[in-house]
Amino acid sequence: MIKAILVFNNHGKPRLSKFYQYFNEDMQQQIIKETFQLVSKRDDNVCNFLEGGSLIGGSDYKLIYRHYATLYFVFCVDSSESELGILDLIQVFVETLDKCFENVCELDLIFHVDKVHYILNELVMGGMVLETNMSEILTRIEEQNKLEKLEAGITAAPARAVSAVKNMNLSQQIKDIKLPDLPQAIKDLKF
Amino acid sequence: MALRKVKGNLERMFDKNLTDLVRGIRNNKDNETKFIAQCIEEIKLELRQENISVKANAVAKLTYLQMMGYDVSWACFNVIEVMSSTKFTYKRIGYLAASQTFHPDTEVLMLTTNMVRKDLNSQSQYEAGLALSGLSCFISPDLARDLANDIMTLLSSTRPYLRKKAVLMMYKVFLRFPEALRPAFPRLKEKLEDPDSGVQSAAVNVVCELARKNPKNYLSLAPVFFKLMTTSTNNWMLIKIIKLFGALTPLEPRLGKKLIEPLTNLIHSTSAMSLLYECINTVIAVLISISSGMPNHSTSIQLCVQKLRILIEDSDQNLKYLGLLAMSKILKTHPKSVQSHKDLILQCLDDKDESIRLRALDLLYGMVSKKNLMEIVKKLMIHMDKAEGTSYRDELLSKIIEICSQNNYQHITNFEWYVSVLVELTRMEGTKHGPLVANQLLDVAIRVAAIRAFVVAQMALLLDNSHFITGFSQRASMCEVLFAAAWICGEFSEFLTDPKATLEALLRARVSTLPGHIQAVYVQNIMKLYGRILTSSGSDASMDEDMVAKAAVEEVSEMVAARLPSFVESSELEVQERASCALQLVKFVQKQLTKGQAAGLGAEIVSLFDGELNPVAPKAQKKVQVPEGLDLDEWINEPPPSESSDSEPEVQRPSLFATGNAENAYVESYQSSKPAELTQEEVQRNREARQQEQACNPNYLKGGGKLESKSGMFDVAEVPVAQLDLPVALKIPGLASSDHYLQKQKQTSSKKKVSTKKKKKSKKHKESSDEEELAAPLHVVNTDVGEMPEGATLSDGMDDDNNDLNDPHRALDVNLDEPLRAEETLPVRSHREAVKFEVTGEKKAKKKSSKKEEKVKKSKKQPIMMDLLQNGEHTNAPTEEPSNDFWLDHAEYEAMPDTSQSKLQVEENEKPKKKSSSKTKEKSKEKKKKKEKKVINEDSLVSSLAVEAPTFVPDLKQTMSNKDKNVLICTRPILTGSQLLISVEVNNTTTSPLRSAEISFSKNVELELIPDGLTTTEFGSYRFPQQFPPGCFTFPLLFNVANVNRAYSVKATLIFNLESYQDKIDLAVAVPATLFLKPAPISGSDFAEKLANGEMQHLSSRKFESSKSFQQALSYCLAYFYLVEQVGDTASLAAQNPQGRNVFLLIKSQGTSLSLDGKSDNQELIENVVQSLQTVLAV
Repeated sequence: MIKAILVFNNHGKPRLSKFYQYFNEDMQQQIIKETFQLVSKRDDNVCNFLEGGSLIGGSDYKLIYRHYATLYFVFCVDSSESELGILDLIQVFVETLDKCFENVCELDLIFHVDKVHYILNELVMGGMVLETNMSEILTRIEEQNKLEKLEAGITAAPARAVSAVKNMNLSQQIKDIKLPDLPQAIKDLKF
Repeated sequence: MALRKVKGNLERMFDKNLTDLVRGIRNNKDNETKFIAQCIEEIKLELRQENISVKANAVAKLTYLQMMGYDVSWACFNVIEVMSSTKFTYKRIGYLAASQTFHPDTEVLMLTTNMVRKDLNSQSQYEAGLALSGLSCFISPDLARDLANDIMTLLSSTRPYLRKKAVLMMYKVFLRFPEALRPAFPRLKEKLEDPDSGVQSAAVNVVCELARKNPKNYLSLAPVFFKLMTTSTNNWMLIKIIKLFGALTPLEPRLGKKLIEPLTNLIHSTSAMSLLYECINTVIAVLISISSGMPNHSTSIQLCVQKLRILIEDSDQNLKYLGLLAMSKILKTHPKSVQSHKDLILQCLDDKDESIRLRALDLLYGMVSKKNLMEIVKKLMIHMDKAEGTSYRDELLSKIIEICSQNNYQHITNFEWYVSVLVELTRMEGTKHGPLVANQLLDVAIRVAAIRAFVVAQMALLLDNSHFITGFSQRASMCEVLFAAAWICGEFSEFLTDPKATLEALLRARVSTLPGHIQAVYVQNIMKLYGRILTSSGSDASMDEDMVAKAAVEEVSEMVAARLPSFVESSELEVQERASCALQLVKFVQKQLTKGQAAGLGAEIVSLFDGELNPVAPKAQKKVQVPEGLDLDEWINEPPPSESSDSEPEVQRPSLFATGNAENAYVESYQSSKPAELTQEEVQRNREARQQEQACNPNYLKGGGKLESKSGMFDVAEVPVAQLDLPVALKIPGLASSDHYLQKQKQTSSKKKVSTKKKKKSKKHKESSDEEELAAPLHVVNTDVGEMPEGATLSDGMDDDNNDLNDPHRALDVNLDEPLRAEETLPVRSHREAVKFEVTGEKKAKKKSSKKEEKVKKSKKQPIMMDLLQNGEHTNAPTEEPSNDFWLDHAEYEAMPDTSQSKLQVEENEKPKKKSSSKTKEKSKEKKKKKEKKVINEDSLVSSLAVEAPTFVPDLKQTMSNKDKNVLICTRPILTGSQLLISVEVNNTTTSPLRSAEISFSKNVELELIPDGLTTTEFGSYRFPQQFPPGCFTFPLLFNVANVNRAYSVKATLIFNLESYQDKIDLAVAVPATLFLKPAPISGSDFAEKLANGEMQHLSSRKFESSKSFQQALSYCLAYFYLVEQVGDTASLAAQNPQGRNVFLLIKSQGTSLSLDGKSDNQELIENVVQSLQTVLAV
């Protein structure tokens, strides 16, 4: 069983956290913090297995992680999982992300954490490995994305326009101009 | 409509979406918390809007904030709203939020059952998949019970994607609802042979998880897995199967023998390192389980070790780590084969990776021999000097000691060397293993008699230079060594060269900074040394004449008498007491000295500490029999009556003093325990008896003569305290160095001094002929385990299985081969409302309806039952087990050296199965008969099931409607945390919206509305800001509850404008006191104890006529109570309210009447709970 999947950057900022056992929010943050401290002090050329997270699990649990550029991908697993198997799984996860986001980088994870969750849900379910075949995972994700697009259809057009405008980073400026009068102005037109 | 949509979109334009939120947080790094607080306020506003897309957006943002560590459980109601959206996009957002924020104890989960069921049965496989993924994260026991059947149906879906997810989901269902395991298992087993490899893999995964905790129940699946292993090419699945076999082989050695060959084939053929590694691991497990009886298993070990060596030599640190990990498993059973790779492992000790060094350390344990011990320890000591982290250094230290002390110092040839190693270890800074070193010193000094002189000399030096150890506070744990040093010097003082110097060291002022228990040992040993000095300074007889000796003794006495008071001042009681005794003794000696009557005094003081102390076995203390009649848990005196006791506390504490009045018992026990005046004779007799008993008791340390002490006061302040300032030297002269011995050993081995060896040998011969024990080359080790009480052995069942009681896997330990019983079906959805209605109806109607029900149930249950029964036939134990046995036995013939292709083997496996089935033809005939019987029984079973009383489930839903029946309101109180949530569902059947709705409450001090999202009007009522569209909608009302011990009746009036008129609805929501209770799991014994010890002193009982059966009443109570015990028509229940107050309930059925006996630690609570139960049950 996988107990938790954590992704954080070189400074310990969480980018994704998935716990398959309940911890309250404070505990979750502490676990992320402790895991980061354990993992970050290790060189890149040492092994990827770690025992001894005091907060999560016990002697039966291991931390298995990989470090890619600015991100750490950490899986906390018990002894029923194969260590090398989980390392492969992390690789599959990252490669899938790479395919979905086209050259994934930390920013993709920052702004699309929901999508990352959807991708992860196709790999792991409730702490158990669901699928490891990447092409199968990709088809599932694409089909679901299609569903979303279909639903969005015409009604989402304005929303998309809005987000396009926002992505030009105008939103802050618009907000700064204090627009609350705008709806009032529209009302006055009485159309 | 179109206008509204445009408006909605316009509003949305200015809402932040997730990207804006993330960007905002990044732009506001300096005042992040402030920014987020502001965002949360905005989100709260958004959640109040009716537009679902706005809500979904808000929920998506909350999910992000949850990851940042913000508690967003307050929005769980909104999350459910978004989950129930018909759009996949929003549903996805909702389920994601739910899977991140909900957990099995989330209160609102009970609202989701039907929605999740709808999604599971959705036409779209992705909606169903979404529901499965989400559910796997937050499934609760209730959900598991209610949805098990729906998930089972998905197991046979036509879409592999859903089958795969449903299979994994079943594991979560089993964990929360163990009763589902047996009925569902045949179906799960089928999935092992599913055409889709993903489904197969998922099924293997689930069975592996189940088998890991309860392997013995899954042995019968071995043939299926064996077939999969030899045919599949899916590495993921192979790894899981091979791991599973690793768990199964310890239970069935025959299985292991069968596995060896295909596994070795895999080891030879596979290129995947992960698979290779797991194969090796399982082969090791097999070899451990069949440690003997297999002729050629040494080749398998060789193969494993050889492959592991390749892994360890690999440049990939991961493989190196795993190789060492697997090596340590082999080490336990086959240390020889590992020892040949000593070079490699020693090399790993120098690895830059700490994880690898630690693993290599584990292996060292098996690497050492008499020859290389010194060398290896030397290496470890060097590592210890270089090590940076204290944890690694601690690990090294404990490893050194572990290696040296294994098997009663089996590998140590020179104990002087070992003692000097220990002494060197005392200089390690900041370690936590001080007690370990101290223990070793004591152990060596006691067990190895020949080394005592050396140990004593070293310890005396340590004591003299104790400032090295106590110098820095961070070395606190090392001062434990002084404990050992003081004791050794005192106990074996005959070996001291200069006892007076050591005595002085013990009496130094600095000592008072040591921990109390060490000071206590100091005092004790000061006296031992003092006695020794008295006896040794001249023969006792001549003492009075020899003035020089007398002067020396007087001087020592004076010194002791002068310094002891600093111990008397200690804040530690133990030290104080010992020091006062010692001081009196010394003063007495001084007095005798001045009188000139000191002859023989020294010998007498020494005799106080007479007798040898032997090691005591580690478990000896536990093994001492408890004397008859001694009950340590019993009160010696009555506990004082509790302050909160009411007017008649005795009556409410019945079960403890069942025989009589509590007050009498109290008086009696007091009188009997009052000590009687004893005569001088009786005292004497008692004392003799006690001494006799002590002499016979091996656990009593025998003391010497009596200690005379006078009670007297003396002025502590007058005693001058000498200050000793020692010059700090960096090295203690005379302290032995372990290197010295290593060099010596090297010299002897390199030059091969034959003569010394011979000498040693001859010495050894002499010693071993003299002694029965095994003699080490230089010193003799006393290898006794230690003293034990009579009749007790070391391996007496002390190690009870310490399985975690809370482990859900305990409940899953069921026999899966047993055929299913008829009542073992998954709960099927039934129409609760209808049942409830019938119950309250007239008798005639009841009969009719129950017949109807019967029919409905029959038609519903029959196909499932048939299905399950048939499946049961498949897994029947009688047919399966013989073939399984045969399958395994067959292995023994096959396990012979002949190597045949694994495929052939499989074919052969099929054959014997057929044979066995023909052998058991007769059995199967019998079985057929049984089958027929079963078919006959089936009808009666089904009908008996249907006749069974319908369960009565609490439903607090209450419905009201307005005059014109246009608006229907449903209310339902739920407890969330300590707050009360009344969810109000308004069904507006007209086509126009509800406008300017206001709600007002009758005032209640103890129940306060949290006006979240409502505006207060000047009349004290609350106005809803939004309009309610036609159709169904729900709004939550949240209340703070000040008193959770009572029932409430929330009266409210809802006023609203509908079409052109104003209308109002009076709401009355009854909140029973039971609503605040939660089932509190408690064991039967704890339950009885709580009742007995008088905590639950408040009592309330009712007896009333009820039309409900006992089962119905019980099932109602079980929504709030935990079932502690049920005997016939009587059940004890336990619950707790949010304040942690306990409520125990005894429910009994006698004919048509029900009786409730409640007990609690709060009078108001229990009265109200019982009252509430009565109002519901007495209908």
